[in-house]
This record gives sequence, C-alpha cells and structure tokens, in this order.
Amino acid sequence: MNVEQVFREERGRLLATLVKRFGDLDLAEEVTSDAIEAALRHWPVDGVPDRPGAWLLTTARRKAVDRLRRDQAYAARLALLQVEVDRADPPAGDSLPDERLELFFTCAHPALPAEDRGALTLRCLAGFTTPEVARAYLVPVTTMQQRIVRAKKKIKEARIPFRVPDPHELPERLPGVLQAVYSIFTEGYAARRTDLADEAIRLARILRGLLPHEREVTGLLALMLLIHARREARAELLEDQDRTLWDRDMITEGSALAERALTCGHGPYGVQAAINALHDEAPDFASTDWPQIVALYDVLDGLVPSPVVALNSRRHRHARRRRGRARVA
Amino acid sequence: MKYMLLIYAASDQQASCTVEDWIAYEKEMKDAGVLVSGHSLADLVTATTVQVGQDGKRTVTDGPFAETREVLGGYDVIDVPDLDAALEWAAKCPGSRDGGAVVVRPIAEFDF
Repeated sequence: MNVEQVFREERGRLLATLVKRFGDLDLAEEVTSDAIEAALRHWPVDGVPDRPGAWLLTTARRKAVDRLRRDQAYAARLALLQVEVDRADPPAGDSLPDERLELFFTCAHPALPAEDRGALTLRCLAGFTTPEVARAYLVPVTTMQQRIVRAKKKIKEARIPFRVPDPHELPERLPGVLQAVYSIFTEGYAARRTDLADEAIRLARILRGLLPHEREVTGLLALMLLIHARREARAELLEDQDRTLWDRDMITEGSALAERALTCGHGPYGVQAAINALHDEAPDFASTDWPQIVALYDVLDGLVPSPVVALNSRRHRHARRRRGRARVA
Repeated sequence: MKYMLLIYAASDQQASCTVEDWIAYEKEMKDAGVLVSGHSLADLVTATTVQVGQDGKRTVTDGPFAETREVLGGYDVIDVPDLDAALEWAAKCPGSRDGGAVVVRPIAEFDF
C-alpha cells in the first residue's frame, strides 16, 4: 500500500473517532486534515511511527486543542475540557477504534436531503475532497460546496446524532445508508467511472465488516460486484456482450455473497444480486435461466413495487417467450 | 436541546384520534420528563393577525384562514438529547397520523 492508500483508509477512521469525541463534524474534519498533513510532512523524514493510528489521533487532538484556544467562539460552545481529558487517553491498540458505522448513519440520516447523503458519505467516509465529490455527482464545485455546508449546518444545529440506531430502528434506517452507497455506485456507472464504482464497493466492504449479520448489506455488496464484473463488456447490450471479458473472480465472490444474502429471508438488494448472478453465471444469453429470473422479478416487485421493476419483469418474460419461439422455429 | 413540535393535524383526523390518545401522549411526555411546555390552539376561525407598518400604524385583520387542509393545531416544546429523540416523540404524537404532520424545529440557542 502506498502512503495515499493508507491515508484514505485511516482518514475515515480518524474522522469518525474524532466526531464521536468532539460531537462536531467541522472541527473533526479540520483537525483530521491537519493531522494527515503533519503525517505527510513528518513520516517521510522521521519514518512511520510504531503506532500510526495512535500518532494520528494524538496529533489531531493536539491540533483541536490549539484551534479551540485560538477560537474563542468555538471554545465557548464546545467542551474544551473534554478534549483535554480525552488527550490523556490514547488508544491501546495499534490502530484506531473503528467508529465509522456511526458516521455512516449520520451521513445518510433521513433528516438530510436524499441527494446529499451519498455526497456526504463520499466526503466523510471515502475521504473525497469537495471538488472530487462535485465531479462524482456532475455538479459545479460551488453547488456541491453549498450543499455540503447546508447539510453540515443541519447536522450541527438540529443536532443529528452520531450514533448507531438501536436494533429495532435498523429496518427503518439501514436502507438509507445502503441507498447512499448504492447512489455512489450508480453515479459511477452512469459516468463510466470505475474508480467511483470501486469506491462504492470498498465502502460496502467496510459496512459489511461493521454489520456482518445484516443480509441486505451483503446483498448490496454482492449486487455491485456482480454488475461491476461486466464492466469491460458493458458497451454492448447484455445479449451481445463478450462474456470472456467478464471478471470471473468478481462473479465467484458476488455469487457466493448473493447466496448468503438470501439465506433465511430476502431483501431487494439480495434479490437483485441473485438476478445478476443468474445473468453472470449463464454461459450465453440464450441459456440464461429465464424462468428463475422472472420469478425473482416477481419477488422483487412484491418487495419494492416500482414501474421500473414491473417493466423489467415484463421485459424478461418477453425475452423468455422470444427465446422459446426461437427454439420452436 | 429543545425542539418545538408543530402539530399540523388534518381537518378530517378527529375521527381516528381520540382525546384519550392526546391525554396519553401528554402523560407519556411528562412521565419521561421531556415536556417543557405545550398547548393546543383554539379553532382557526378565532385567529387574529396584527402587523405594524413602518409608520407605526397597526393593522388588525381577521384570520388568517388556511388555504390548505392542514392548520397548526398545537405545539409541544420538548427537551431531549438529539434530533433522533425528538423525531421519536414526533412519531408518537397522535397528530402525526392519518394525514396529519408534525414539523420538528430546533429552538435556536444564542451565546450571550
């Protein structure tokens, strides 16, 4: 891993930990950047410290205290003391504690505009800068800047908490988080940017590590892998695609995950993953398991009735009939 | 942190929300120690609007009368740790059901 990759990974963790400690996203973001900047300056000269996570956290806390001392308005509102006390308690392990799940739920909070949730997730958890987020969503940088400022103002002033919802709240809250991650994937897909799709998959992997027993998290990861596996061939329609270009490793992983996502129940992402697994595993278009795909679309239509699902369902029924006729002919 | 719950009950809602529902809701808030204050508002036909112009002249008019189906029917101010807790109370409010809505507004905090 190069330095940049290390920081992309650590950045989200550090930010989550600091947000949890300070209860202030702005301050946490500022000192996260400060700490990473310091690391980029010192580590190439002094060498990487034994415990990089602890080093970053201690540095960030020191920067926070500096900022609070300089900024009276901040200091008045925030518990300076809390930060001071916190400094005396460096993390025990080699790496930072993983408190990113809280941040996932904050970024995708239902009180925030739906179109901003993916953007905030990219920024806070994938470590994207605002211009990078703007490019991902194909909007001018100033527009994205305003949207992020407004969202952060709401988080702060309406006091949207940094917490993982209780188990009974999860069915209501988790779909928002999954939708935010999936929106990053679909944006990337529409813009033919594999880096964004990769990033969405990476975020889903992190999420799955944090919520290993939530089948829809597994389903979402499976779905994205099974679609992304066809990336090299996607310029053509599915029936014309050169299937030797498909990513076999990704299909194997995605199919196994799809199967796991559909044990003991099912949700919309798991079902869509299963549909894509059937496409990906078919040797050619004609021998696709159409009856199974139609059945899955019916299940999906029951879960999320939508015109698109109904249309796809009809399309696949039609495809099956067409194949049937072709065989007869 | 204090939040105001503005209760916009739908006009045809009375049938499904009983007085007992409202009494139970208020009692639950009191028992939980979150209720700061709250009132139901009298019928909208009793409302009067006052405006003072730049010349200091006072204008008093009857109304307003809502054009929409929903009117502000009451409010509660609650003191809870965060927005999630406030949204939880809003969802429990009888006024949020059957076409009604509860708008959650944080009370502004100023440092003097």
